Amino acid sequence: MGALSVRNSREILRDPLNLGFGLGFPILLLLLLSAIQAGIPVSLFPVERLAPGVAMFGLSFVTLFSATLLSRDRATAFLTRLFSSPLPARDFILSYTLPLLPMCLAQSAATYLAAVVLGLRPGWRLLAALGALLPADVFFIALGLLCGSVLSDKQVGGLCGALLTNAAALLSGTWFDLELVGGWFRRAAECLPFCHAVDAGRAALAGDWGGMAPHLAWVSVWAAATLAAALWAFRRKMRAT
Amino acid sequence: MNAIETRGLTKVYGGKAAVNHLDLKVKAGELFALLGVNGAGKSTAIRMLSCLTPPSGGDALLLGDSILTAPERVKRHIAVSPQETAVAPNLTAAENLELMAGVYGLTGRRDRAAALAGELGLGPVLGKRAKVLSGGWQRRLSIAMALITEPEILFLDEPTLGLDVLARRELWGVIRGLKGRTTTILTTHYLEEAEALADRVGILAAGSLRAVGTPEELKALAGTDDFESAFLALAAGEGAA
Repeated sequence: MGALSVRNSREILRDPLNLGFGLGFPILLLLLLSAIQAGIPVSLFPVERLAPGVAMFGLSFVTLFSATLLSRDRATAFLTRLFSSPLPARDFILSYTLPLLPMCLAQSAATYLAAVVLGLRPGWRLLAALGALLPADVFFIALGLLCGSVLSDKQVGGLCGALLTNAAALLSGTWFDLELVGGWFRRAAECLPFCHAVDAGRAALAGDWGGMAPHLAWVSVWAAATLAAALWAFRRKMRAT
Repeated sequence: MNAIETRGLTKVYGGKAAVNHLDLKVKAGELFALLGVNGAGKSTAIRMLSCLTPPSGGDALLLGDSILTAPERVKRHIAVSPQETAVAPNLTAAENLELMAGVYGLTGRRDRAAALAGELGLGPVLGKRAKVLSGGWQRRLSIAMALITEPEILFLDEPTLGLDVLARRELWGVIRGLKGRTTTILTTHYLEEAEALADRVGILAAGSLRAVGTPEELKALAGTDDFESAFLALAAGEGAA
């Protein structure tokens, strides 16, 4: 399993687009929105509310990376070769999941570090905010594995590259307050994990542990369900090879 | 001792038998070529034997282990070089070899990779990423990735497809070198390849085994002096197994 984990890490890290989007884009977004905030009189994007949102949004690129890697491996005979090896399905999933966890953490840490430069108060609550993203890390990785198991690499580009990033942005409550739209939009957003992942991060930064728990629980349910679905889809694909 | 023994091995797709009651015995250390026109069932037979596709009927024993009841044990004995090139594009050639050694839990990965690279003439490209290699080098690397695990049974599905004459002849040397120590199942469209390399040849047509024997025996069976004519006659059903 270790050898395949190392391979998957290398495949992702050696793609400059992955690094550019994964690390660079969330920071760029943070800088841009903070610059907008600096130029307007109202508090639209205060950094302590913006940073958790950008950190969550950045994770949607991890979904794109994991889905692209797996769907490309499926499209070539590479996965066929590995399926004839003694690795069980569980080890395959772990090999595609574990290398992405440190990447998620590194990406979120870089985002929060940039937020500190922009005025976020440094302290141990930042670590809590990073920890609060862990269920979201698992959710976004698992979603990538699920999409990579059932979609072609072209479909992955459309669904994870365009649809998911937009959904994660619009339904997260980062760029605008969900209350402003209200109605079915708010209810739909609250059913999904994006805004809860952001609110958990905001609560962690505020030291509101009681307020953080229900959001973490909701994202954890989504993470567990998505991981189970990814495992099922991958096993099914493995049997159908 | 038989390394491979199939008993009524059958695969049905949509009511049509891709492989129909295949009964075959391959001795340990033997190089056995499976010949047939497109759609004859060669690749399907290999996919069943390498536990990639479950059979619709029958069974196969590989070194005494059943593909139905002990696929995980079967997978420890075998390696597959798929018809399409199966390499990890962002890894170097050396890393690809080490990856496969790692997946099978072998020690001394670097030394194994270096030794095999020397044997297969991969030295000049060991440090290059697989995606920048020419088709011929990728093919050679793909085959080396199957060989590095030193399997007891090796499946080579169209190993020389797309190689130039020189590379093909070099690979023939490597395949000949496996005789006696590795049981090899080779599928190929190049009749001269089967004639030059195989201890015995099986001719598949429409999923059924039409004839088995040494190239000389098959020529005698078909009553012809050249192997191509023998193949055509036997594949058309003018001979008997």
